[in-house]
Amino acid sequence: MALLEVKGVSRRFDDFTAVNHVDFSVTTGEFFTLLGPSGCGKTTLLRMIAGFDQPDSGSILLDGIDLKDTPPEKRPIHTVFQSYALFPHMTVEQNIAFPLRMARQPEEEIRKKIRETLDLVALRDRAKRYPHELSGGQKQRVALARGLVNRPRLLLLDEPLGALDAKLREQMQIELIALQRDIGVTFVFVTHAQEEALALSHRIAVMNHGRIEQLDEPDRIYGSPKNRFVADFIGNVNMHDATVEALDDTLTLALGKLGPIKAPRHKNQEVQIGMSGAFIIRPEQVSIRAADEPSPDPNQFVGTVNDFLYTGDVTTYIVDLPDGERLEALLPNSAPGRAKFFELGDPVRVSWKAEAGAFLDT
Amino acid sequence: MRRSPLLWISSLAVYAFLYIPLLVVVIFSFNDSKLNAEWVGFTFDWYRVLVNDQMMIAAAVNSLIIATVAALLATVLGTMAGIAMHRYRPRFLPFMTLTPLAMPEILLGVSLLIFFITVFGEEALSLLTVIIAHTTFCIGFVAIIVRARLTGMDESIFEAARDLGATPWQSFRLITLPLIMPAVIAGALMSFTLSIDDFVITFFTAGAGVPTLPLTIYTMIKIAVTPEVNALSSLMMLLTLALIVIASRIAPGFIENQRHHGEEYET
Repeated sequence: MALLEVKGVSRRFDDFTAVNHVDFSVTTGEFFTLLGPSGCGKTTLLRMIAGFDQPDSGSILLDGIDLKDTPPEKRPIHTVFQSYALFPHMTVEQNIAFPLRMARQPEEEIRKKIRETLDLVALRDRAKRYPHELSGGQKQRVALARGLVNRPRLLLLDEPLGALDAKLREQMQIELIALQRDIGVTFVFVTHAQEEALALSHRIAVMNHGRIEQLDEPDRIYGSPKNRFVADFIGNVNMHDATVEALDDTLTLALGKLGPIKAPRHKNQEVQIGMSGAFIIRPEQVSIRAADEPSPDPNQFVGTVNDFLYTGDVTTYIVDLPDGERLEALLPNSAPGRAKFFELGDPVRVSWKAEAGAFLDT
Repeated sequence: MRRSPLLWISSLAVYAFLYIPLLVVVIFSFNDSKLNAEWVGFTFDWYRVLVNDQMMIAAAVNSLIIATVAALLATVLGTMAGIAMHRYRPRFLPFMTLTPLAMPEILLGVSLLIFFITVFGEEALSLLTVIIAHTTFCIGFVAIIVRARLTGMDESIFEAARDLGATPWQSFRLITLPLIMPAVIAGALMSFTLSIDDFVITFFTAGAGVPTLPLTIYTMIKIAVTPEVNALSSLMMLLTLALIVIASRIAPGFIENQRHHGEEYET
């Protein structure tokens, strides 16, 4: 049975609809992520699950029981806040003990659990320190420890890594996955950082304007986005207006003024000739080579290098195609010392396989 | 940095203007003469006269009772008002709480007098009416200080308390109150000092039977300014000074907390 069920939940603030008829469920032990740009309703949703806000319609169930009349303190759900929300007048130890004291656990039990939890987050030597004496990463770990110490049924995490610098962020991501796996607490994670969502989650709900655009596993979200918003929000993508020219078991598309190209046809996709939509392809699916080198791919165009972006591991080339279309292609920098292969203005051949990319009608 | 001598002179002048009269009052309280005119010799006599003055002792007791009770009431109500103003952003509460601060004291005194007499009758004027009147104008000060303390505090701290299992009352007692305590104490001390030296509002609401220290000083001055008044003023100064010292003992903690609190956001 699902641990958490969100059924038809809506929330309006005056004339702004923050959450618009959202449905999803989370199973025990899952790392579930709500991903979306700011203002998409993900935090409002989280606050309703925690009990700080009430849905205008719909219901939120935990273990099959409606949470409507349960105040936040009675819900076996804890939150890790974006600002950490550590109690500034309490030591690390006292912060972590707080949920246990509120649950009136025996003092001996509390001491034992504090010790275990401090070891879990490697903060034993900081037990007597106050929050202001800790670094950002340490505060983050105290907030996590405080949320987990009483083993809630559900831990909500509201952009908990948002305030950390890139290096620490990556390290905390790894710690977070290990922690979640080791103690088996169900996580509902809110973030606007798509890479973080892809790296951490079992399943991701991509939200926009208060709705869930797509709910899938990370590889499906990245590899088979359902619509333009998801395709554009997750990772880099080449997106071109396209019209269906012919269809059999593959699609033939006119790509803007270019064409025709071959694109895969998905099983459940309803397509007609003349239908217009978008063709999407990830830069890493596009091969790039010198214009005079032949390519075996069915889809290929010759263009010129307009610009390139060297980011260490890869170089992203922006290629101008005839008729004003533009395509991004990724080239891994595997040969040491050769940061770039092509110069600005070089003629190049871009190509991709018939099964790469997708046609989206929404 | 080079400081302009003009700045030195002008600030010295300001402090001299502020403190020399006070210093003169204190010095002449030790003057062995009935007049405040010239220095004759050193004596503690006026303090001896003061502590043996039954009228003065009664007034002091009144003042202390009024200041203590009014400060306590104003602190409780003002803290509640300050929290409410911060948390719920009500439209009219700030006006209603803060107006007594801005209104001329004489207006407040007269309107309270009329109110007490019409509602409770002339004989109602007593210690109680003075306490009510003082509480009224002290609430606003406490509310402002408490609200200022809450402003900029991370709201999610209070939500975190609820989230982790605290009832609203536990959340107030264990999180909110300890965090605003410096402001609450500062508000209480401020209320106490405002109450103990209030003259105008007390004058209107005290009636005949409740002389306070400021009222007694006024009565004495009408006859003649004897060094007994100086002695009394010096003692009141000492009390106020003591309160300021206590408040500033709390203040470093207050400032430090603010600083730590600020750091929460920097990361």
